Amino acid sequence: MGRAKLPRKSTNIDMTAMCDVAFLLLSFFILTTKFKPAEAIAVTTPNSVAAKVAPDKDIVMITIDKDGKVFITMDEEQKKEAVCNALNSQLNLNMNVAAFKKAGFFGAPFGQMASFLALAEDQRKGDKLPGIPVLDSTDNQMVTWMRAITDAYLGSKINLLVKGDNAAKYPAFKAVIDAFKKTDQLKFQMITNPESVPTGTELWKKTMAGEKREE
Amino acid sequence: MAEMDTSSGGGHKKGPGVKKGKKLSTRVDLTPMVDLGFLLITFFIFTTTMSQPTAMKLFLPKDAENPEDQNKAKESGVITLLLGKDNNVFYYEGQLAPDGSNFKSSNFKEIRTVLLEKKARTNEKDLVVVLKPSSESTYRNVVDILDEMTINVLKRYALVDISPVEEQLVKLSDAAGAAGGAGSN
Repeated sequence: MGRAKLPRKSTNIDMTAMCDVAFLLLSFFILTTKFKPAEAIAVTTPNSVAAKVAPDKDIVMITIDKDGKVFITMDEEQKKEAVCNALNSQLNLNMNVAAFKKAGFFGAPFGQMASFLALAEDQRKGDKLPGIPVLDSTDNQMVTWMRAITDAYLGSKINLLVKGDNAAKYPAFKAVIDAFKKTDQLKFQMITNPESVPTGTELWKKTMAGEKREE
Repeated sequence: MAEMDTSSGGGHKKGPGVKKGKKLSTRVDLTPMVDLGFLLITFFIFTTTMSQPTAMKLFLPKDAENPEDQNKAKESGVITLLLGKDNNVFYYEGQLAPDGSNFKSSNFKEIRTVLLEKKARTNEKDLVVVLKPSSESTYRNVVDILDEMTINVLKRYALVDISPVEEQLVKLSDAAGAAGGAGSN
């Protein structure tokens, strides 16, 4: 009896299945990528080794641009309405509540808020706006803003964020911090770009040893 | 396997005189396409995770009404960092000497060794780092120095207002540094 002949097998593998998987993953990643919306205020944030992802709900973000101009961004419409009403009644500003709710950010002295809100959305660009005046220590309008915001968020959590430009000078930042202190908002977070921990440093050794980092 | 049946309609016999057309294979080598697919996937994975902004937490101390209520720190355990113009860092330990003799200049690269050295020879409970950014320093400097605290695992630090004397000293040193060229110290 002769030996059974082994059929010669081709070394070609069908790549179709693998190709399907690759493109399925690819489309998944493309679709889930959130594109950065074009920002009205140009800010380049500094880097830090902080590993915690910035929150994106219930935020009150204070943006400081490179000239030290300060802007406020809020995400919740209800709170915005409360803030608007509070400011209107306190300071007699006559701001349009609907326009206030629609605005993506606020950046004008109180006296100019009404005309700021009257501007079309695409004309509100950070570099042309005056920003909220903070540097005058007798009239730090940030304090009034923060008071209204704290009242609006009474009983719920605020994620207070500061997003500063690399080149912003310290006094503007200090004025913002002072406003936080005056309204008893003692916790805040600064938005940064991630950076790897320099090798050989103490934190690096800790992370390598598997210790959890304190936030 | 996912191959297409190209033999059109399951084996009806053609007549004896009909010439068979040459059968072309419809199989395409998909390897390059797979390569491309995975390349794009890696690209997207990297770009998505990289642009995620992170947040750095900072807790502010409550302003004490009168100086007696303020937190006391041992003089030997205190190091004060002053941030000046053009990424200059100055530091002194303990109290600032009236003649400014313990006022030293440094920069963001060297400050780490200074801090580590201070940390090594101070009792951990007493070590306090006081950060005083001058009005000429930038937001980036402040974040960098706070980051330095995290990197060197310094638990106690505080962001404090600069005093007029120190502000003046920083200004003078900044000017001297600019005149004397970069990195004299």
